[in-house]
Amino acid sequence: MTDRLEVRRTAKLYIGGAFPRSESGRSYEVTTHAGEPLAQVSQASRKDLREAVVAARSAFPAWSGATAYLRGQILYRVAEMMEGRRAQFEAELADAGAADPARGVSASIDRWVWYAGWADKLAQVVGATNPVAGPYFNFTLPEPTGVVGIVAPGNQSLLGLVSRLAPAIVSGNTTVAIASERSPLPAVSLAEVLATSDVPAGVVNVLTGRTAELVPWLASHMDVNGIDVTGVPDELLADTERAAAENVKRVHRAPDADPFDEAAQSPYEITAFTESKTVWHPMGA
Amino acid sequence: MVGVSQAAELSPRQPLEPVATASEAARIVARATAVDAVGLEGRAAALATRSIKRDSKVWALELAIRCMDLTTLEGSDTTGKIVAMCAKAVRPDPLRPEVPGVAAVCLYPQLVPVAVEQLAGTGVAVASVAGGFPSGLGPLDARLREIADVAAAGADEIDIVLNRSLFLGGRYAEAFEELVAAREAAGSAHLKVILEAGELGSYDRVRQASMLAMAAGADFIKTSTGKISVNATLPNALCMMEAARDFHRQTDRRVGVKVAGGVRRSKQSIQYLVLVHETLGPDWMTPDLFRIGASSLLNDVLMQLEKEDTGHYSGPDYFTVD
Amino acid sequence: MTEAIERPASAAPPWEYASAPESTDIVRLDHRYGLFIGGEFVEPKSGRWFPTISPSTEETLAEVAEADAADVARAVDAARDAAPAWRALAPAERAKYVFRIARQLQERAREFAVLESLNGGKPIKESRDVDIPLAAAHFFYYAGWADKLEYAFPARGTPAPVGVAGQIIPWNFPLLMAAWKLAPALAAGNTTVLKPAETTPLTALLLAQVMQEAELPPGVVNIVTGAGETGAALVDAPVDKIAFTGSTEVGKIIRRSTAGTGKRLTLELGGKAANIVFEDAPLDQAVEGVINGIFFNQGHVCCAGSRLLVQEPVFDALLGKLKDRLQTLRVGDPLDKNTDVGAINSRAQLEKIEELVESGVEEGAEIYQPECLLPERGFWFRPTLFTGVSQSHRIAREEIFGPVLSILTFRTVDEAVEKANNTPYGLSAGVWTEKGSRILHMAQRLRAGVVWANTFNRFDPTSPFGGYKESGFGREGGLHGLEPYLTFDGGAR
Repeated sequence: MTDRLEVRRTAKLYIGGAFPRSESGRSYEVTTHAGEPLAQVSQASRKDLREAVVAARSAFPAWSGATAYLRGQILYRVAEMMEGRRAQFEAELADAGAADPARGVSASIDRWVWYAGWADKLAQVVGATNPVAGPYFNFTLPEPTGVVGIVAPGNQSLLGLVSRLAPAIVSGNTTVAIASERSPLPAVSLAEVLATSDVPAGVVNVLTGRTAELVPWLASHMDVNGIDVTGVPDELLADTERAAAENVKRVHRAPDADPFDEAAQSPYEITAFTESKTVWHPMGA
Repeated sequence: MVGVSQAAELSPRQPLEPVATASEAARIVARATAVDAVGLEGRAAALATRSIKRDSKVWALELAIRCMDLTTLEGSDTTGKIVAMCAKAVRPDPLRPEVPGVAAVCLYPQLVPVAVEQLAGTGVAVASVAGGFPSGLGPLDARLREIADVAAAGADEIDIVLNRSLFLGGRYAEAFEELVAAREAAGSAHLKVILEAGELGSYDRVRQASMLAMAAGADFIKTSTGKISVNATLPNALCMMEAARDFHRQTDRRVGVKVAGGVRRSKQSIQYLVLVHETLGPDWMTPDLFRIGASSLLNDVLMQLEKEDTGHYSGPDYFTVD
Repeated sequence: MTEAIERPASAAPPWEYASAPESTDIVRLDHRYGLFIGGEFVEPKSGRWFPTISPSTEETLAEVAEADAADVARAVDAARDAAPAWRALAPAERAKYVFRIARQLQERAREFAVLESLNGGKPIKESRDVDIPLAAAHFFYYAGWADKLEYAFPARGTPAPVGVAGQIIPWNFPLLMAAWKLAPALAAGNTTVLKPAETTPLTALLLAQVMQEAELPPGVVNIVTGAGETGAALVDAPVDKIAFTGSTEVGKIIRRSTAGTGKRLTLELGGKAANIVFEDAPLDQAVEGVINGIFFNQGHVCCAGSRLLVQEPVFDALLGKLKDRLQTLRVGDPLDKNTDVGAINSRAQLEKIEELVESGVEEGAEIYQPECLLPERGFWFRPTLFTGVSQSHRIAREEIFGPVLSILTFRTVDEAVEKANNTPYGLSAGVWTEKGSRILHMAQRLRAGVVWANTFNRFDPTSPFGGYKESGFGREGGLHGLEPYLTFDGGAR
């Protein structure tokens, strides 16, 4: 019996629903936790990031305009696709050095389902009708803020990314996510899942590459409305927040918690990137 | 002269006169019934799911042909193009003489004499755009002269645009007066007024424009020029049909409705016919009162007719491209 | 100028909508269905069975079991036995069971829609486009609440299920009503015994099969088929909560039966909703709303807009449009995709409608019905309008639950509000006007649990539904729909 040569996967960027290589032509080597070579992964440039933001912006009207029910349905389907690919995710987590890959994958899928269920409930919990002192009907609704940049945590390369991404998009935001530099493959597989899950092109864009190179461009981009800095290394944080001031981006860092803990999931991770709109209307014959 | 075939039936109809004066224009607009967008779109969507029986389907497809204004409005239209199109208009399917001809051809003023010559005695009418189509914003005297000229050149029908600049600017009396002047310049040719529904911004406005145009004596109200990104849609057409229905109730006058732009598939043409049937009734199911302005639709309808006849799906190679 | 050649005059357009019947092949019916208890279909201890028919043809579709008090007791025991494990499950796991049910409903949507129309009589386009998608959506929505209850009622105490719920549902939206009852109950951690209506058991029984496929733990949902006596047995059984949707008359009986027992109770009862059209209304859409309000589901709708209140100046125009629109309604085979109005659910209901319509004529109202051919077999009633109706007429006061609209007029906002509220019922109301402030003003003053403005008969799992006054109490849908199935004082018995 001859050994069968396996067909190796090319790990590319995920922008606007397609999988291009970096326009810069660069790639970098990713190793296992133990240091063995694992794959060549596209190294995104600032121009790729620019294109990703354009893709996210053009996807925003339709995604934010979809019914909450539809967004919930689509996110639930993502979980279905993830479940189907568990073996691949577990292998990638094992390569990344995860102590319990199976637990990590299960937690990621369940977390995704948890957030999917918020789509058509958030407004009921954080919205309100306000009893103003006059003959006016007054209500407040949460609305998605727009394009949200996400810097995924370096470790917990699947659960950490899911915990940032799901709350960002469930309310209608579109995103540009910078994957973990050290272990990007689960992010690449997640992008492949998204591409097959009825998630419209551009709602999620995933860039692999050097975090320190990409973060300043994301933080200073004037057409990005919010940035999740959970994965930004401490030494870069101050600069990142300063750059974000230019167009008053909403800046959020997830609270320090064991990502496996239920405390790590909360509707207030969703509201970190929603705006509140309040409307007045007179009541009278 | 092109071979004669079963062409459209156009009973000679007297062009309509205005039923109001310019001083009433503002009131006509203000009193137009409000239109709820969600409700209107829901009704249009529900009607689009009706399915019609096989025999009726054949009849409907043939009616779609009989109600078609076969259109070409390109800067590159030449005599040769018009000659070919007229042949197609009279006999759409060379292999099937029983397929009826279309109601009219629709083209630019310069090509009117060619079409008049080609279509003489065939029963297919010559419709021309005029009046500064598609924007309608050239000098008024030039626009009216263009209308009079194409009428003199032999056009049976003239498609003009509502002056949206005046209408959206709230200058209703002036917009009305322009329509009445166009009516006069057209003489005995039938006047179709294009509302350009895709520019009007709301269904309320579409209804107002419909009522204004009908009061000014339009023989037909037409959805679109086909030159902007939003052309005929089921909700726009439904809104206009509801206006025509109410106008008929108020004045006893029947005004025709033409949908134009973006109608490419047989299924769409049948959906529009369903709208007509459900809203205006069987009286409007005739080329005298309903038209579809289209070009590639014709071949799609021919293909569907072929499928109904033979039982298998056909392909574009079997129909002429003119 | 072109000369027109003489052509023969066109004949009257031979326009017919396709009889576009949805095939029933997709439904495979068993000859006989037992009770669904403890995850299995079992023979009834009563030993009795009864037929269930298609109201459009009167043909028997299948036999279902008739549960007696002993059967009901057995079902309640099964629910009670399953309760601790179901409650102890991690909420996220409970959620996933309910998500599975939702997904299955979507997968088998066509099958459910055909069966619903076959067994109940409603047009296939309604069961396909409204009932079944909404049912799936209810399961989806509530699945997502199962593991988020602490956010639904913040700082109220730890939410816990009430325990075992007895749920009795009507025949007008059989599967949807089952979803309205089961979804929140399950999400909140309860186990249930469901009693479908006597004339429409089949989609509930098909749902039981879906639950088996979803591997729902046995006993979490139990289904006991039967008639009034089965329902009464369930009301009297040792359950923790009763949820009932049906007539006000039976609702009152249930209220009396449960008095002093400590059982939690929610009731969703009858209505006599006013659909109010002002002169500035978007008239053509108002016509659609009025038509939908009373002829959707043959008027078998608790929140039906059965009283039309028209502002006088626009009465003639509206009536003319309504009469014209009535001519285009297609009454016939529920399985025909072009049918607008289906069969009346049962002979008993048909007789009630006929009796009330006769009273309308006798009391002096003017009746209008379009001409339409009705099939010979089956239960049918033509869409009907009454004008010249006054508030004191029976047809203006009593719920007809059929395709019959009573039309009254008004002059001012105050008069409209007064007439609309002048009823012991208070389930829903409709307001048609372009003026936003008037919509909100009316919404504020109308004593109804649901107010629809410039629309009618809109339902959504996120939107609470329920009545004021004799239309019942408690809400289904939304956050509010969870509350009846939860306790915050330390836990279920």
